[in-house]
Amino acid sequence: MRTPVRRRANRFELEDAIIKLPATAVSYLQVAPLLLVLLAFFGIPLLMIVGVSFFEFDGISSVPAFQFGNYTELFTSRNTLTLYVKTVEYALIVWAITLAIGFTVSYFLAFHVRSILWQMALFLLCTVPFWTSNIIRMISWIPFLGRNGIFNQALMATGLTREPLEFLLFSDFAVIIAYVHLFTLFMIVPIFNSMARIDRSIVEAALDGGSSGWRIIWEIIVPLSRTGIALGSIFVITLVMGDFFVVNMMSGGHSASVALAMYNQIAAVQYPPAAASAVILLIIVVLMVAAILKMVDVRRELAG
Amino acid sequence: MQRDLGKRPRSFYFLAAFFALFVAFLYGPMSAIFVLSFQGPTGGLTFPMNGVSLRWFSALFAQERTGDFAGGFTRSILLALLVLSVTVVISVLAGLAFRRRFFGSTLVFYLAVASLIMPGLLVGLGVGLTYQTLGWSPSWFSSGLGAQLTWTIPFGLLIMFAVLSRFNRAFEEAGRDLGASNWQIFWLVVVPILFPGMIAVALFGFTLSYDEFPRTLLTVGAKNTLPMEIWGMTTNVTSPALYALGTVTTLVSFTAIVLSLGSIALIQRRRTRGLGKHDVVKSEA
Repeated sequence: MRTPVRRRANRFELEDAIIKLPATAVSYLQVAPLLLVLLAFFGIPLLMIVGVSFFEFDGISSVPAFQFGNYTELFTSRNTLTLYVKTVEYALIVWAITLAIGFTVSYFLAFHVRSILWQMALFLLCTVPFWTSNIIRMISWIPFLGRNGIFNQALMATGLTREPLEFLLFSDFAVIIAYVHLFTLFMIVPIFNSMARIDRSIVEAALDGGSSGWRIIWEIIVPLSRTGIALGSIFVITLVMGDFFVVNMMSGGHSASVALAMYNQIAAVQYPPAAASAVILLIIVVLMVAAILKMVDVRRELAG
Repeated sequence: MQRDLGKRPRSFYFLAAFFALFVAFLYGPMSAIFVLSFQGPTGGLTFPMNGVSLRWFSALFAQERTGDFAGGFTRSILLALLVLSVTVVISVLAGLAFRRRFFGSTLVFYLAVASLIMPGLLVGLGVGLTYQTLGWSPSWFSSGLGAQLTWTIPFGLLIMFAVLSRFNRAFEEAGRDLGASNWQIFWLVVVPILFPGMIAVALFGFTLSYDEFPRTLLTVGAKNTLPMEIWGMTTNVTSPALYALGTVTTLVSFTAIVLSLGSIALIQRRRTRGLGKHDVVKSEA
């Protein structure tokens, strides 16, 4: 019986010796796995994309080189601007809608549902669809919005319209509905998390001071949930900016996004032009996120 | 606005109605494909139902055309478990590291943010190009795993930031004062306190991976994961078998949710019981 106990004690001493490194050295050891994985699967691949974007491409094969042909082609094509305008338009519309829904739903859950149990149950109810396939959730709109779909049937049954509405499916409308359906959760989770941490006594104090509900929302709840709002906005905007399969499926080929155009290039093995447009897309996404981070210091607020 | 006592304000009912509409919006289309997957043999992709049958479910498992459904499913689950374990370990460690300011910490943080916001297709393209250049062949458990980690780890790190910001270091100090080794402090103090956060990271890691599409598409290699199989089906299957697939995968996801939530509840109950015992032992000592 004695030996295992002693060995145990020794093990702890040994581990103590290992762990008794300078504090920053421990931090470096702890962060090293993250750094390794991100460098190997994000850093190096990113450099690779940048490198390939300068390769020469003659329409069939790519040759290692350093020239700006892919970029000049990208900037001189009229198509590029149209694609970017369309993609940014999708991103902004979806951002506004998901923010409105996400804020309202989180506010309801955090401040109007009184029991914690109900709060968690309703929150879970919102997150369950997130566990099922995005692609399945997307195509589930097809029988709903189609020409003979449920929505049109209902409209005609109630006599609101005589003819089925054609614009519902395979249109910008369908694309935006699908985005909102898929991505609102990315807004709800961070905003709800921020709101759940707001000290209720602040709200009580404002109420006692005779403040109106709207003023409390605008002057207390919005500022105090800004970390969640910023994080949610980052998620939604980057998801829409990088999307290709929702646009492909739900627009029925009537619309395109930057990433879809890039995907088509990749499928056609046109790597250098695809890499060039990837670099430009990434720069735009980074600028958008930097603008959000400039308004809200997410790291300080999360760690604070 | 909430008051503990008294009548609910009118705004409550407006908001409740909004919430109900939102839930209907989330679940409505799903229930439509659930019903349509039981479409009769002559029925099509939309309503009306031409009878009721299980034909499309049997088609799903019988037809070669629907692809390697079972294989894709197995690989997706295995990959999700792999991603889950790696993500939990790496993000907990990194979260602990970030409690101190160290040289380069801001840089590492922004690397993680950049990795999080990188459009998925670009991650896939980059990893794919890298593998091609190195002459390695991509597969779901190497390049696929790595590509998915660039998205799950930053998520895990953000969750750990939120969890650790509420973590009181006094508990560690107390452990040290009582003579615990660093290792004991880690396992007996830090890990139990962080446990709920670790569960959250694990759940996120699993779901983000299980359903990952844009990053995996170009890095999965020869053998597909489930989302690729589903994607393939949407382009070449135009029968209600597609909806049957939706119903089946949704049922699988729901089973996974119930199982994991059940096991969390069980662990929590066991832990509170265990804690009670510890308290007795401690007070006796």
